[in-house]
Amino acid sequence: MTASQPVIAPTAALATCLAALRARFTSSQLLVAEEDTRPYECDGLTLHRQLPRAVLLPGNEAEVAAALSICAKHGVPVVPRGAGTGLSGGATPHTEGVVLSLARLNSFIGIDAVACTATVQPGVRNLSISEAAAPYGLYYAPDPSSQVACTIGGNVAENSGGVHCLKYGLTLHNVLRVRALTMEGEVVEFGGLAPDAPGLDLLALVIGSEGMLAVITEVTVRLVPVPQLARCLMASFATVTAAGDAVAALIAAGLIPAGLEMIDQAGIRLVEPFAHAGYDMNAAAVLLCEADGTATEVAEDIERMSVVLRAAGATRVQVSSSEQERLRFWAGRKNAFPAAGRAAPAYYCMDGTIPRKHLGAMLTAIQGMEQEFGLSCPNVFHAGDGNLHPLILFDDGDPDSVQRAEAFGAAILEASVRFGGTITGEHGVGLEKLDAMCAQFGMAELGVFHAVKHAFDPTGLLNPGKAVPQLHRCAELGGMRVRAGQLPFADLPRF
Amino acid sequence: MAGFHLQAYESALAERLIAATANHEPLCLRGGGTKDFYGNAPRGTVLDLPALTNATPAELLAAVEYEPSELVVTAPAVLPLAVLEALLAAQGQMLAFEPPRFAVGGTVGGCVAAGLAGPRRRSAGPMHGGLRDFVLGARLVDGRGRALAFGGRVMKNVAGYDLSRVLAGSLGVLGAITEVSLKVLPVPFEETTLVQECTEEEGLALVNGWAGQPLPVSATAWEHGKLRLRLSGAIAAVSAAVARLGGERLPDAVAAPWWDALRDQQLPYFSSNAPLWRLALPPAAPPVGLDGPQLIEWSGAQRWLKSLLPASVVREHVTTLGGHATAFRVHDRSDASTPDAFTPLAPALLAIHRRLKAEFDPAGVLNPGRLYPEL
Repeated sequence: MTASQPVIAPTAALATCLAALRARFTSSQLLVAEEDTRPYECDGLTLHRQLPRAVLLPGNEAEVAAALSICAKHGVPVVPRGAGTGLSGGATPHTEGVVLSLARLNSFIGIDAVACTATVQPGVRNLSISEAAAPYGLYYAPDPSSQVACTIGGNVAENSGGVHCLKYGLTLHNVLRVRALTMEGEVVEFGGLAPDAPGLDLLALVIGSEGMLAVITEVTVRLVPVPQLARCLMASFATVTAAGDAVAALIAAGLIPAGLEMIDQAGIRLVEPFAHAGYDMNAAAVLLCEADGTATEVAEDIERMSVVLRAAGATRVQVSSSEQERLRFWAGRKNAFPAAGRAAPAYYCMDGTIPRKHLGAMLTAIQGMEQEFGLSCPNVFHAGDGNLHPLILFDDGDPDSVQRAEAFGAAILEASVRFGGTITGEHGVGLEKLDAMCAQFGMAELGVFHAVKHAFDPTGLLNPGKAVPQLHRCAELGGMRVRAGQLPFADLPRF
Repeated sequence: MAGFHLQAYESALAERLIAATANHEPLCLRGGGTKDFYGNAPRGTVLDLPALTNATPAELLAAVEYEPSELVVTAPAVLPLAVLEALLAAQGQMLAFEPPRFAVGGTVGGCVAAGLAGPRRRSAGPMHGGLRDFVLGARLVDGRGRALAFGGRVMKNVAGYDLSRVLAGSLGVLGAITEVSLKVLPVPFEETTLVQECTEEEGLALVNGWAGQPLPVSATAWEHGKLRLRLSGAIAAVSAAVARLGGERLPDAVAAPWWDALRDQQLPYFSSNAPLWRLALPPAAPPVGLDGPQLIEWSGAQRWLKSLLPASVVREHVTTLGGHATAFRVHDRSDASTPDAFTPLAPALLAIHRRLKAEFDPAGVLNPGRLYPEL
């Protein structure tokens, strides 16, 4: 647990850098007063806070380039930031650095309805791309639950997902081109408007790189036709294992639902009083399964899906009969986080992904951990992708509760790796999962990750200390794990 | 030694690559040898990767991990591609990027290292991706002899930089792929092909128009005044689209082999002595107007051109249209006038490429020059 750290006096480098920035930027673009910089002390992972030394708000690419080259010249770290909705601490400020907000680069460069693309600046919000594309019958498919607020630049940095990934893919599958600046302020383009670009696929590296390789100044996304119709099935199951098997049966039957989500009993009881979605309070798990396309296509898919779900032992199957009812089915799932926020003083959202076949075993393991750590943990997840979002409910005013929540989270991530999965499906590593990276990767791979960072950012000044742990940290962690299950010195700074 | 043991194979490979690095001995990493024509001319001692394992196709098949309900398959890179495709087909699934096979004998690793996709690229719905979009994880042995694992076996994974996808299309310049995990998809319930006569301009307008509508388009191909359209998906969706779009319906017995022949470049169009160019373009780019017959796929985004025009003319024109041109098949690469296979990189991108290459292959011995002369 890293608590708020005291404000320390600027070092000489930072002080000269700030003076140079002051000469180039107006006072509305360079924030230094605590009341102005306080909102930037954390992202969606509020467990980590650090008051930034300065926040820069450039308005165009040239200003971003100027800011970067000034910081590079003075050796000052830069932490790029979108809307700050990230859940892993990727935008947590650096003690000696400046925060570079891309929020004011929020213009549409253009929508090409024939090529089915939109080119936008990084500060454009996810949802507003779909809104702008709607008159052409097109939309941007990836829809993280924060889509009202999160920006496309942040989505690219985190390779964000959403509830429609199984059919429509992640950010990676829907971004064609990224224009960016290196730490030295040089323009570089990854991908392009053609279906591929010459050379190594560096676009794949930049997407999901958590602001550590380059600073994004423009993004071209792929748009897809808005389905004429979407309908949702809601199925109840008597056991989570039966619900998990039903997911496998749908896939084995050749069906790719547009959305396939599961909520366990604790999750149902958490959200139903809050969202009134009509979930079966007696079910051990509820599956939401959506079909989209033309009316005839949806009718055919819904029929096939119903047959499979019933054969898999669903105790109740309902089909949405109107758009209003479909949205009501989804209201429960989409309000799980706010509902958790009302049920407990705080919640900690995890993001492991496992092969779907282990869903039942994983949920059983989490139930055991609830006893072990003395905290409750409702589960909502993207069942089609095997991506779990356990919501650990805890009391952030009680240090013991906080410590148990973090230990609980770490145990879930280790179980994800043990089941053949990953520590993060769509939220990123940031600061939060640096230790867990040691469990997922060996020293050789971690060494290569550092080399990749160096290949793009030889100065090492872009968002340093995030996403990839230092090798000696993993070595020490490995040693400590051998001695005891619980991590000693838990309050040591992480990097 | 009977059977296939990944670790033993990786150890043998590591020993060979460490020696090559120490001796500065250039190596040409080869799977099935079906794509030697692709990229710049291979140089160095041929390292026959399947021969390093001594395993039979049946033994390699036994090492495949495949659960159809997970939509994921993990296979040794030296597995014959045809064996993998047959395994998936038996479960009603497929590699949705329809990798071109060109000839019999290609391997899974070679397919990933080449990074090429077939007719289904840029189709509607979930199947729009190129090969890299279906790569979930990979193992490789690099020039330092390190056995490395990136990505994983699950659909969503954002831990660490996405190096497994960088291997797609890397042409072996970073290392030898030893194992890959791929996302697979169900074979569509229904597939129908329509054909109509039209000019190049009319054809491009049609395919661009379809791309913006909710239609189950899974492939388009225009050549010599004929536009073929493949529709795939739910039975109702395909029949509704057929009713709406009209056009002559090709019998399945004719259509399926035709798309396969397009995929593997076995159509008469591809047998020619003129250099074959692959033009990757924004799909809505106008007719390119370069001298030579064309075959246009991927809703206008991939255009094949047989042309004797100088490389500089082709490259400059395609670049002004927002795309890039690859000298895909050139008959005599020993000729000094042979163009580089791929469009040169901007200096900032090339610098990143060189630093990545230095990390994985410090002596520059793995497929030197195959992708770019500088790598």
